[in-house]
Amino acid sequence: MKILQKRKWFQSLSALLFNLNIPLFFKGAVHKGQTKGICVPILNCYSCPAALGACPIGALQHSLANLRFNLSLGLYQLGLYVIGSLSLVGSLMGRLPCGWLCPFGLIQELLYKIPSPKFKIPGYVKYFRYAVLIIFVILMPLLLVDSLGLGQTWFCKLICPAGTLEAGIPLLAANPVLRSQAGLLFAWKFFILIAFLIWMILSLRPFCRAICPLGTILGFFNKVSLFQMHVDDEKCTQCGLCTQVCPVGLDPNITPNSSDCIRCLKCIDTCTYGAIDYSFLKKYPVTRPKKMSI
Amino acid sequence: MKRKLSLFLFFLSVVLIIIGLNTGEFLVVLEKAVTVCLSCIGIG
Repeated sequence: MKILQKRKWFQSLSALLFNLNIPLFFKGAVHKGQTKGICVPILNCYSCPAALGACPIGALQHSLANLRFNLSLGLYQLGLYVIGSLSLVGSLMGRLPCGWLCPFGLIQELLYKIPSPKFKIPGYVKYFRYAVLIIFVILMPLLLVDSLGLGQTWFCKLICPAGTLEAGIPLLAANPVLRSQAGLLFAWKFFILIAFLIWMILSLRPFCRAICPLGTILGFFNKVSLFQMHVDDEKCTQCGLCTQVCPVGLDPNITPNSSDCIRCLKCIDTCTYGAIDYSFLKKYPVTRPKKMSI
Repeated sequence: MKRKLSLFLFFLSVVLIIIGLNTGEFLVVLEKAVTVCLSCIGIG
């Protein structure tokens, strides 16, 4: 299918559209339009000067960090808008935005093209994503609060390399006041970024596979989203081509809707037998997982 | 069955968004997003 070969264009266009206020990169300030209240379906830092929307992971942490304080004031702001925005995207398409829209995914894929020794990421690494989501995105903002009951966005503060790359570096470069405040924390975040950039050259999409809390949340919906992948058992010869091209090391013909699948749809494009397909809002016969014959 | 669950989750998401909008959560997200996040850039 021709559209599947245009994925890089979709990713590039998405990176541009979600970060359209480019002149702000030179002013050292962030976009302040009303669109900033909309949660985007990708990991795109809201402090990126050009960003037009809100990062859902940052917004989720902020909601959880303010929860106790809000409740003490009798304000029932429970973060339902952010949770609803996340589950809306998830229920419609699962992790499809990871493969087609996320600018940080695009950066990882481009860096992987740099010639170097390549290393496979072991399967157990995916469990770090769950730990990061539970500890840094949910528990720490919710539980580590000050005397007023206000928490912090710990994932953004201690880990997120997307924030350092998209917001930290451009803002500090263009804004001398912010630059003068950079200290040990920025050095730590810069170290994390550099470590990930090197890993991105050596392995394909390491951040998506080891850390990304947004991908983890959207991945929960892969099996139940309206967008579904299907394998035609009669057409599949189990040649293994789809497994070879899968950027996250899955067996698409066995688990087409795995929560780890970023839905880049490379497997569909690669399958010469047309055994793998996708559908949206369409009834398909249930595909049963099967064992690979060797 | 799966499709019904998908549709249920979709409509549940819409309901959650509407409830969130009614409690002013859009403004909470907006206020956070239009301010330079010191945590995100690594200085606070």
